[in-house]
Amino acid sequence: MDLYVLGQQIVNGLVLGSTYGLIAVGYTMVYGIIGMINFAHGEVYMVSAYLTAIGLAVLAYFGISSPWLLISLTMVFAILFTSLLGITIERLAYRPLRKANRLAPLISAIGVSLILQNYVQLSQGAKNQGVPTLIEGVFRMGSEDHFFQITYMQMLIVVVALIAMGLLNFVVQKTALGRACRATQQDRQMAQILGIDTDKVIALVFGIGAALAAVAGVLITLNYGSFDFFVGFVTGIKAFTAAVLGGIGSLPGAMLGGILLGLAESLFSGFVNSDYKDVFAFALLVGILIFRPSGLLGKPSVEKV
Amino acid sequence: MNMSRPRLSKTLVLSAFAAVVALILTGPLSGLVLEGYDFKTRFSAPLQIAAFVLIVRFIAGLLPESWLAPRQKNEAAPRATRFKTWQLVLGGLLVYIALASLVLIASKYWLSVGILALIYILLGLGLNIVVGFAGLLDLGFVGFYAVGAYGYALGHQYLGLGFWAAIPLAAMLAGLFGMILGFPVLRMHGDYLAIVTLGFGEIIRLVLNNWIAFTGGPNGIDAPAPTFFGWEFKANATQGGVPFHEVWGLDYSSGMLDGFIFLVLLTVVALVIYAVTRLRGMPIGRAWEALREDEIACRSLGLNHVFTKLSAFAMGASIGGLAGVFFAASQGFVSPVSFSFFESALVLAIVVLGGLGSVTGVILAALFLTLMPEALREFSDYRILIFGFAMVLIMIWRPRGMIQQRRPFFTRAKG
Repeated sequence: MDLYVLGQQIVNGLVLGSTYGLIAVGYTMVYGIIGMINFAHGEVYMVSAYLTAIGLAVLAYFGISSPWLLISLTMVFAILFTSLLGITIERLAYRPLRKANRLAPLISAIGVSLILQNYVQLSQGAKNQGVPTLIEGVFRMGSEDHFFQITYMQMLIVVVALIAMGLLNFVVQKTALGRACRATQQDRQMAQILGIDTDKVIALVFGIGAALAAVAGVLITLNYGSFDFFVGFVTGIKAFTAAVLGGIGSLPGAMLGGILLGLAESLFSGFVNSDYKDVFAFALLVGILIFRPSGLLGKPSVEKV
Repeated sequence: MNMSRPRLSKTLVLSAFAAVVALILTGPLSGLVLEGYDFKTRFSAPLQIAAFVLIVRFIAGLLPESWLAPRQKNEAAPRATRFKTWQLVLGGLLVYIALASLVLIASKYWLSVGILALIYILLGLGLNIVVGFAGLLDLGFVGFYAVGAYGYALGHQYLGLGFWAAIPLAAMLAGLFGMILGFPVLRMHGDYLAIVTLGFGEIIRLVLNNWIAFTGGPNGIDAPAPTFFGWEFKANATQGGVPFHEVWGLDYSSGMLDGFIFLVLLTVVALVIYAVTRLRGMPIGRAWEALREDEIACRSLGLNHVFTKLSAFAMGASIGGLAGVFFAASQGFVSPVSFSFFESALVLAIVVLGGLGSVTGVILAALFLTLMPEALREFSDYRILIFGFAMVLIMIWRPRGMIQQRRPFFTRAKG
C-alpha cells in the first residue's frame, strides 16, 4: 500500500469528517432534546452555501478584498441568518407538533425540506453556482509526481471546526445556558417546573444547530467552490449517519462519528471504488441502525410501556 | 364579529413581526440573485413575500381561535352510511365503465395524464398499507417502484419476459424486496425505521445508477411496449406479432397504446382497491392497525408481529412494483432519475394529504396532486412548494388527513 496515497486519503477524510461532524451536531442536539429527526437540517446547510456566495458577492461589491475579512464577515452573516432560519422553522413547523405522535414532526420536516429546496430553486435558479477561490497555497511532502498534500483551505477547515466544537462544548458544559439545555434534555417537564423556559431552550438548540451547519456550509463551499440547490440532501443524510454512528444525542459522539464516517468514506473511495462511496455511506447507516442503534457513545434506549 | 381591541392590536403587532422576519429571511435569497461571482438585485420579491405574510398572518389572527386549533383528538366520525353489497358492486361497475369509456374520447395527451394519475393512485395505495394501516413510516418506497420498473425492462432484455409475465413477476420480486427490507427493520420503529428505509431506497437507486454493465447506468434502458395476445399497438409489427389495428380493421392511431395501457391499469387499480378494502376488514388488516396503535400490547396478546409487519411491507411493496411495471411500459424507457427520494416524498404526501389509512382519501389526493399541475400550468413551478406547505399545514391542523377515516371500533350495545 502506498503510504502517500494512504496519508492523502486520511487527510481528505479528516477534512470531510470534521464538516460532517459540524452538521451532525444539529441532528444530535435536536434529537437529544425533543427526540425528533430534523430532516430539514441538510437544507439549512444548503441555504448557508447560497448565503456564502451571496455574502462574498455583496462584500466584493463594497470593495472588500482581504480574504480573511471576506471569510469572517461571510461566516458571521451566514451564522446569524441560518440561526434565525432554524428558530423560525422550529417555531412554525415543529412547535405546534410537540404533543403529536412521533411521525407527525418527521413528515412536517420533510415538508419543510421540500419548501426550502424549491424556494431556493425558484429564487436563485436551478443552475450550479460557484464561489471564487479565496485561499490558495498548499503544504506538500514528497517528490514532484509522488506526494501528499494539505491545502491551506483544508487546514483552515479543521482548525475552524475544532474551534467551533470547543466553543460549543464550553457553552454546553460551563454556562447557565448550557446547564438549561442539559436539564431540558434530561427531563423536559421537570426542567419546566424548576423555572426553565424550555420552549426558549429548544428554539435555541435549533439556532445553535443551524449556526454550526452554517459554519460547515461556508467552509465546504469555499473548499469545493461549487454547489446547487440539491446539495443538502446527501450531505444531510451523511451527517445524520455520522450522528447515529457516534450515538445520537451525544455531542462528542457527533464529532467522533463525523470523523470516522469521513475517514471511512474517503478510504473506501480511495482504495475500493469511488462510484459506490454513497452506497457505502448509506449501507453503513443502515448497518449501524440495525445492529447498534445506540451508536458508539450513545446510551441504549429502553422501551417502556 | 365582536373582537376585543387588545386582540386586534396584538394581531397587528404579531403580523408586523412576522412580516419583518419574512423580510429578513427572504431578503438575501430572493432579493439578491447570484450571477456567476456577481449578483443582481430584485428587491421587489422579498417585499411581496413579506406583504403576503403580513396579510396571511393578519387574516389568521382575525379568524376565531377554534378554527385554528389543531384537531388532534380522535373524533368518532359519524357512522358511514351502509350500502348493500349489490349497490356497491353496481356503483363500482358504473364508475369503472364510465372511466374506461374515456379511452374512446380522450386525446393521447390526456390519456398519458390519466395513466400517470392511476400510477400515483397505485403507489399511494401501496404506501398506504405500510404507513397508513401498519404505521411503519417508509421513506424508501420508490425503491420498490424502481424494482418493478427495472424488473420489467431488464426482464425483457435478459430473459425475454413480456408485459403480461412481468406484471405478476415484478410484483412478486418487489414483494420479496419488501420482505428482505422488512426483516432487519423489524426491531425498529418510528423515525429510525424511516431513515433505514430511506437508506435502502437510495441504495437501490445508486446501484441502478452505477452498475452500468447490467442496468445501463444513468443512460437508462428501454422498456418494450406491451402487447395483447401478441397484437402490437404500433403502425408496423416489430416484435414478431401482428399490429392490433390490422387485426380489427381499424385505422392506426398513436394513442392506441396509451388507451390500452390505461384500460389495463384501470382494471388493476380497481382490483387493488377492492383487495385493499377487503384486507382492512380481514384479520391481517386488523392486526396491522392494532400493531400501529400499540405494539407492546399486541405482542403480549400473542400477535405475531414478525409476520404482521413483513406482510404489510411485502403487500405494499408488490403494489409499488406493479406501479413500476406500468410506469416503464407507458414511458417505454426507465432511468434512475425517475426514482429519486423526491418521488418517495411525493407518494408520502399523497398518503398524508389523503388521510393516513383512508383509501378514498389516497385516491382523491393522488388525483389532486397529478391533475392540479396540469390544470394550473402557471402554478406548475410552485408545485413542490405547495406540496411542502400542504404537508406541514396538514400535520398541524389535520394530522389524520383531509378524509378522516372511520376507525374500526366496537361500541357498547345500548340498553
